[in-house]
Amino acid sequence: MFAWDLLANAVVAGLLLGGVYAAVSLGVSVIFGLLDIANIAQPAFLILGAYAAYVMYNAFGWDPIVWGLLFTPVFYLVGAAVYRVYYGSFERRGEESLRGLVFFFGILFIIEVSLSLKFGVDYRVAQPAYVGKSIEVGGIGIAYRLLVPCLIGLAMTLALYLFLARTFYGRAIMAVSQDRVALRLMGANPVKIKTVAFGIGIAAASLAGSLLITITPIIPSADRDYIGRMFAITVLGGMGSIGGTLVAAIILGIAESLMSTFFGPSWAQAVSFGVLLAALAIRPAGLFGR
Amino acid sequence: MVATPLLEVQGVIKRFGGFTALNRVSLHVNPGERFGLIGPNGSGKTTLINCISGALASDGGRILFEGHDLAGFPAHRRTRLGIVRSFQIPKPFTSMSVLENLHIPLEYAAHERAHAADIDAMEILRAIGLEAKAHQKPAGLTQIEMRKLELARALAARPKLLISDEAMAGLSSAEVDDILAILFGLSEQGITIIMIEHIMRAVMRFSERIVVLDAGERIAEGTPDEIVRNPAVEKAYLGE
Amino acid sequence: MQGTGRTLLIGLAVVVAGVLLATLRINPYLYFAGYVILQYIVIATAWNILGGYAGYVNFGTPAFFALGAYTAVYLIQSIRAPLPVLIVAGGLVSALLGLAIGYLTLRLRGVFFSIATLALSIVLQTMIINWEYVGGSRGLSVIRPSSPPFGNYVTFLFTVMVLLAVIAVTAARFIERSWVGRGLAALRDNEEAAECMGVPTLRLKLFATTVSGFLLGVAGAPFPYYVTFVEPNSAFNLDYAVNALAMPMIGGTTSWVGPVIGAVLLGSAQQLATVTISSEMNLFIVGIVLVAFVVLAPEGILGLVRRLRSR
Repeated sequence: MFAWDLLANAVVAGLLLGGVYAAVSLGVSVIFGLLDIANIAQPAFLILGAYAAYVMYNAFGWDPIVWGLLFTPVFYLVGAAVYRVYYGSFERRGEESLRGLVFFFGILFIIEVSLSLKFGVDYRVAQPAYVGKSIEVGGIGIAYRLLVPCLIGLAMTLALYLFLARTFYGRAIMAVSQDRVALRLMGANPVKIKTVAFGIGIAAASLAGSLLITITPIIPSADRDYIGRMFAITVLGGMGSIGGTLVAAIILGIAESLMSTFFGPSWAQAVSFGVLLAALAIRPAGLFGR
Repeated sequence: MVATPLLEVQGVIKRFGGFTALNRVSLHVNPGERFGLIGPNGSGKTTLINCISGALASDGGRILFEGHDLAGFPAHRRTRLGIVRSFQIPKPFTSMSVLENLHIPLEYAAHERAHAADIDAMEILRAIGLEAKAHQKPAGLTQIEMRKLELARALAARPKLLISDEAMAGLSSAEVDDILAILFGLSEQGITIIMIEHIMRAVMRFSERIVVLDAGERIAEGTPDEIVRNPAVEKAYLGE
Repeated sequence: MQGTGRTLLIGLAVVVAGVLLATLRINPYLYFAGYVILQYIVIATAWNILGGYAGYVNFGTPAFFALGAYTAVYLIQSIRAPLPVLIVAGGLVSALLGLAIGYLTLRLRGVFFSIATLALSIVLQTMIINWEYVGGSRGLSVIRPSSPPFGNYVTFLFTVMVLLAVIAVTAARFIERSWVGRGLAALRDNEEAAECMGVPTLRLKLFATTVSGFLLGVAGAPFPYYVTFVEPNSAFNLDYAVNALAMPMIGGTTSWVGPVIGAVLLGSAQQLATVTISSEMNLFIVGIVLVAFVVLAPEGILGLVRRLRSR
């Protein structure tokens, strides 16, 4: 007797998770997919955003997602600052590869350890008012705890898509990703545009963090869980395509949910890693073909 | 009496997404020839060179070198066979001295042992005019010295076919003559040379035969005189 | 080959010195601390063969180290294999992992290799946690063999580590000065140009990942006997990830000397600091130092010395 309802529940949960995963990966899509900067510190900003939202929620009430939104400008500025350091120290000198990677790893590390020092290793989770409630659709229960973050995640995805397609800066970012020289000839400053893009990427990560703290308990080392997911989704989704990121996120969400339901939650990590390797293998000719 | 061509490009196609960079391009280069490849910006010259050298895989057609099909051969293998290219924007090995830069192709492409490599490297630098800078790092070189290093490094790989990709771009008139003299000298040694250039007087003086590309297609072939008088070529460069 | 002969002689002298040190039976804590520093010399040297020589950054050092350790645990549990077998087996298994990850990602840009190694540790840790035979998440106790040389097993492991450190450094030096090392430097400086100059870049990269993986596994193999209680959190410790990067970066990545300097300096500092500050604070400081060096002194101490000398 096959557990159809178990399957249905897993798929629905995966869909909702996918919406959140899309929000989680937006930053990497922009920074790595479009700007080609391998910012591996991104997951740390995700968790930092989660903790920032949590602290405020704990102290003042209000939904953590609201705090996440309020903090977006702050994280935007942090992102802009980090990019300026990266640009000044590495990109301008053309030494991005090894040292840039180590730089971002150092940032990742410092953030994670700082959070560890401040918050210890206990799990923290937020319980805003709608947690515990759920709605029934076709016999499947959908928890608000998953639904609300998912909807916000989808809204974020749509907002970023529109930004990139319709606004001046958004289109400039798309132009930078394709042809730096053309941009300079047009009179726009690529560094300024990349600063904006990087700031947006970090802000997106921190906002996505506030979604996470609603869904699931968080500890400082949770950033390592999201490294594989973020990059697997970005690579699978086609490096910079927002629509692709959404589709890939949903695929990964469902795959993880199914894995978790039928084989146990500890294998969820393997799914994103497997997806990442598979996506890398399917990519067309590597080094020179990009 | 035409000997077997050293290089044969047969109907090569290369696409980047929806954009066709090379559309069934065919040409051949004879041993010892001085061959010019010209065309407006974006006509596909560098893409063709990348396909010949193995940096890119073509999407159709064949490339034959000394009669052998090069399909599936990685770039380093083609270099060892004798196809050597220099880069438009010089790509020196920055952590090594000029002399050590030459060691790499001598050891890897020409299979020379370390001691022999030292001697031969100095000889090449002397011939090119860089021996004074042998122990300097590339960061301290001038523009023309960087271009000479590119050529010297390509030479150190003991090429049968040397592809010089815009080695003279941005140089002064005297510097252009300098590089041209070096290339003529190499041709006299029997090295087949493909020259890609925008500096017309250099290409016209150097080449025995020229092929013109435009928008990924071959639009003309002939001696420099024939090319200069060809209306299709004029149109490609100047527009309608 | 005079140079090689002299190197081997120096290496032998160091090993002999280590053995003499062991026979002196000085303060046992020094052997504990010395083991850790020597272990880091191996780890930093191993990392640098791929990171410094070839320019490919491995963020997954814990995976390779722990794989060596757990291979040893498996062999101890199953056939009670002697230490040399543990070391070689640990090295080979980690070498295989290096080859596999390399084969899957090295035809793409270096960034993808690094991202894959970043995710690797977590996945491997998950797999080990689910493997009851080697202790799973609870960990496993390992009993040291009886009547070791020098009377004390840790002292014995100390001398073993001296030997392994000498082997690792000698291997790195040999690679660095050989034509392979020159090829790696070329591909690090400009991979496209290297390939076009006849360097078989893919093959060299796979060589570097395999050798690096082998040495990391070798460093991890004696770990079970050193700690006697092996559990995933300590084998996959973040310390290894950041130190493997920080030590070569601080010392200097272009030569075999750099990782040794970095391992000795940073390793000693950490050993001294464990009594005064928490391990988290320790990691925090290493992170700051790493970023500072990468931004301000990317060529490490060796680079600074070189610049001072040329003034």
